[in-house]
Amino acid sequence: MTASYLEVGGPAVQRQSLWRYWRGGLQGSEFIWAVAFIVPYVAVFLLFVIYPACYGLWMGSNPALYAEVFSDPIYLNTVVNTLIFLAFGVNVKLFLALMLSGFFMRPGWWVKALLMIFVLPWAIPALPTFISIHWMLNGEWGLINNALYIMFGVDPGPSWLNSRWLALGSAIFSHVWKWTPFWTVILLAGRMSIPQEIYDAAKVDGATGLRRFLHVTFPLLANLYLVLTLLATIFLLGDFNSVYFVTGGGPANSTHLLATLGVVRDMLDLGKPQLGVAAVMTALPLLIPLVIILMRKLRTAEVQL
Amino acid sequence: MTTITAETPRRAAAAARPAERMRRAARRWRYLTNVGAALLSAVILVWTLTPIYNMVMISLEAEGDVASTHIWPPVVSAYSFWVVVTEGHWYLEAFWHQFGNSVFLAAMVTILTLAIGSLTSFSVGRMRIRNGWLITNAALLTYVIPASFLAIPFYLIMQHYGLNNNPWSVISVLVTFATPYAIFIFMEYGRSIPLELDESARIDGASPLQIYFKIYLPLMAPALVAVGTYALLLAWNEYLYQFLLLSNDRSMTVAVALGKFLNSDVAPWNYMMATAIIYAIPPIATYYLFRGRMSSGLTMGGVKG
Repeated sequence: MTASYLEVGGPAVQRQSLWRYWRGGLQGSEFIWAVAFIVPYVAVFLLFVIYPACYGLWMGSNPALYAEVFSDPIYLNTVVNTLIFLAFGVNVKLFLALMLSGFFMRPGWWVKALLMIFVLPWAIPALPTFISIHWMLNGEWGLINNALYIMFGVDPGPSWLNSRWLALGSAIFSHVWKWTPFWTVILLAGRMSIPQEIYDAAKVDGATGLRRFLHVTFPLLANLYLVLTLLATIFLLGDFNSVYFVTGGGPANSTHLLATLGVVRDMLDLGKPQLGVAAVMTALPLLIPLVIILMRKLRTAEVQL
Repeated sequence: MTTITAETPRRAAAAARPAERMRRAARRWRYLTNVGAALLSAVILVWTLTPIYNMVMISLEAEGDVASTHIWPPVVSAYSFWVVVTEGHWYLEAFWHQFGNSVFLAAMVTILTLAIGSLTSFSVGRMRIRNGWLITNAALLTYVIPASFLAIPFYLIMQHYGLNNNPWSVISVLVTFATPYAIFIFMEYGRSIPLELDESARIDGASPLQIYFKIYLPLMAPALVAVGTYALLLAWNEYLYQFLLLSNDRSMTVAVALGKFLNSDVAPWNYMMATAIIYAIPPIATYYLFRGRMSSGLTMGGVKG
């Protein structure tokens, strides 16, 4: 700021102005304090984000690895799984969340009580409930097949975890079960921030029910919905727990996602961490644009969120 | 004939009183939506509670009843819980030690996240250090990178430095992924505290450290509670890094022990589910205790799973 009129003063003054530029409006010792305060975070960021990221890039920098990755049928299956998981997982849970957040706007104590129960899947750690779902899907003694047998006489019930598509579908269901409450709560907050006057005005103009939703509520939520879709996509790309506990990647490694393939199959089972890193890195062409768009959106839209 | 004569005067009367007809239509509509809401609530309840019910049911079963076809326990017994709390099975030999590990891990992650997050946001948001946007962008970037994508390089780095089976390796990575959210919430909340407070303290000769401790932290108490709860839950619920880095019986946490349970062939499922329930109770209790505080921060960017 001060640089503009100090520039005429020669190199010494210029150096001082640069120093002043870096300090901003802070006095000498205060600037040192301010720097000292950010040092811990900068250290954490460099040590535990930048260093592993660069190490990972270095590990995955050998082109021969990618030839191996792309010739691996299990990897190709994993890509298909990931795309299916993204297409269904993200959209189903966000659409349900959008609809249910409207339901939870209804007045009445029992709707509030129901909301308290509804958020349970999200409040409980992923691990116990996914283990429980894993057992529910057991073909012989699981709750689902027992219920099918007792209520409809289905015997034998489908063996959920022994077929690729049933197992993948179960993992998607579990993911939706676990995460819908979280997105519902966020969309509920988004709906609550819409002022009542807008609805009153819409009512005067005759927009009620579905038309109110299409022409008033959804346009106002659209930006939030888009950001949440991007965020959910990124979180789902890195999802480990729902596949790892519900299907374990089985049967025969046919239901892996990228994270479980890289960590469990490549690193732990095959002992080839480089291969795992390379497999995960193939998500970067999708991940990087998403991260850039999302960072822009979040920076400008964080007040609306 | 009779029907027509009976119908006509009634129809005429209804036409004569459109207000009455509209009221009746509105009442019928309200009745229908109420029935729909009740049905939807029933579906939500079943959908939400089934995996939880399954978990509780199995934990209350006797050993021999687990693998059989029923949908409620024939004999209810709390014996499995007794086995878990008295460490009465060789899988559970170190249960309380592992529980302690989980508590230590969660406590350290919470304290460090609060400390690093608040110092950073104080420097960037209150002292207005020049180029503070670099820090917020670094935080945003960390927030949107899936944690599991860094797992392989991070694991290898920690192994290289001999830090596996050391809780601090997990604490450091969890702090890394919890701090960005802390920084956002603190910056956002800090905007509601007038900068003039800091200014007047500075004129009275307070050092930045004094302002941080005596003015900033006390005023930020609600945000500290919200972020503390978030970090606590994140650390307690996280699985992947704990599983990779804490593998021996003395260093592992309850989450890792549960995962190990699942992968063994002869797992006693009723003990496992009892362990899972005991593991899930602290985070659920924390969540419901601090729910109101947390949801204020939630709307801003969401919690990372």
